[in-house]
Amino acid sequence: MKKTKILAVTIFSAIIGLVAIAADHIDAPATQGTSADITDFYAFQGEDTNNLVFVANIQGLLSPTATASATFDENVLVEFNIDTNNDNIEDLVIQAIPRDGKMYFFGPSAPASPGLNSFVNVSATKSEVAITPYGSNAIVATQNNMKFFAGPRDDPFFMDFAQYGAILAGNAPGFNNPGADTFAGSNVLSIVVEVPKSSIGGSGTINTWVEAKAKQ
Amino acid sequence: MKLPILKYLAIATFSLFVFSCNNDDNMNQMTTDFSGTFVQKDQMGRPAVNTVFVSSASKNTFNTTVPSQQGAAFQSMFQTNLMGLSPAFANAVDKNALGLDAASFTRLLATDVLNVSLDGKTTFFDGTNVLTGRALADDVITVELLLIFGGEDFSENPTLSNDNVDANDKPFLTSFPYLASPW
Repeated sequence: MKKTKILAVTIFSAIIGLVAIAADHIDAPATQGTSADITDFYAFQGEDTNNLVFVANIQGLLSPTATASATFDENVLVEFNIDTNNDNIEDLVIQAIPRDGKMYFFGPSAPASPGLNSFVNVSATKSEVAITPYGSNAIVATQNNMKFFAGPRDDPFFMDFAQYGAILAGNAPGFNNPGADTFAGSNVLSIVVEVPKSSIGGSGTINTWVEAKAKQ
Repeated sequence: MKLPILKYLAIATFSLFVFSCNNDDNMNQMTTDFSGTFVQKDQMGRPAVNTVFVSSASKNTFNTTVPSQQGAAFQSMFQTNLMGLSPAFANAVDKNALGLDAASFTRLLATDVLNVSLDGKTTFFDGTNVLTGRALADDVITVELLLIFGGEDFSENPTLSNDNVDANDKPFLTSFPYLASPW
C-alpha cells in the first residue's frame, strides 16, 4: 500500500470513527467496513416516467485511491425487495450478484420464500452487465426492457456528518452555516436498475427496501 | 460396435459440446454457479433510521429483523431515543410538522421501508409530497432533522434542524445511470 493511500484511508477512517451515522453507512458493528455494508438506497421515477429506478450503494467512503481496487464480493447477494400489497412482506425481488467481472440480475420475480434467507432464483428473468472498471465510462446494459449498471460512482449522499458527531458528543451547540459535506470527494460501489413500473405493481404505492445477504 | 468407432464418436461428441459451450453465453449458463443459501447481513429502507434511532446493542438485530416485525420489536425503543434526543418531543403533546406525535412518528419509522409512488413525483419530501420515494438530490438529512428537531412548524431548534449541506458535491445525470462518475 502506498503512503498516500494509507493516509487517505486513515483520514477517512478517522472521520468514520467520530460517530456511526450517515444514510446507512457503517450502521452496525456486524456489517461495518465489510463487503455486505449497504450505505444507501434510493427509489425514484426514471427519465422515462413509465419506469422506476432502484439504486443500492455498498462499501461507502472509498477514497479515489481506494476505489480502483474496490470490488463487489461474489459471496454477497444484493436484493431489492418490493411489497405491492402494503403488508411489508416482499412480493417481488430483484437479485444482483457478481460473477467474473459481470453483475447478474434475476427478476423481478416472486421469492421462493420471503425473509432472511434467499436462494438465487435462476429460473427468473436473467440479465447481466459488465462491471464498469474505475476510470472507464459507465457501461450500461439494456435487456428485458430494463437497464442495468454496476460499478464505482461518486457517493450521492451529502451531509455534515462530522458536525453532527460533534453535536452528539456535546462538543458543539449546533450546525455550522455553511456546513461541510463529509462525503465530498468519496466514492461508493453502485448497483442501478431501471424497470418498467408495470413489472412491479403498475400503480399505487409500493414499499421497498434493499438487503445484503452473504453466502453461508 | 468396434472400439475405435466408439472412440471417434466420443471425441466427436465431446468436440461438439466444447464448441457449443465456447459459442457465446452458453458457456456462462453451463458453468456459472449461483447455488447456496444467502443469509441476511444488512438492510435499509429509509435513510439514517438504523443509525439514529436504534440503540448500539440492537443495531445488528435491527438489520436482521424482517420489516413486517420491526414495528412490534422496535417502536418503543425508537420513541425513547427520539424523546431523549430531541427537545421538540420533550412534552407528551409535542408533534412534528407532519402532525405526528412521538408515538405516531416512531411507529412510521420503526418499519424501515421506503414508500414509493408509482403514479407521479418521487421525493422524500418537497414541501408538498411526503414520502413518495427518494430521489438522488433530496436533502433527506435536513428533512429528517426538521421532522426530529423542528417542532410543529419547523421553527424550533434552528441550529439543530439543518446541517446546511443542501446538495451533492457533483451534479447528477439526467439519464441512466443517474449517479455522477467517481472521483
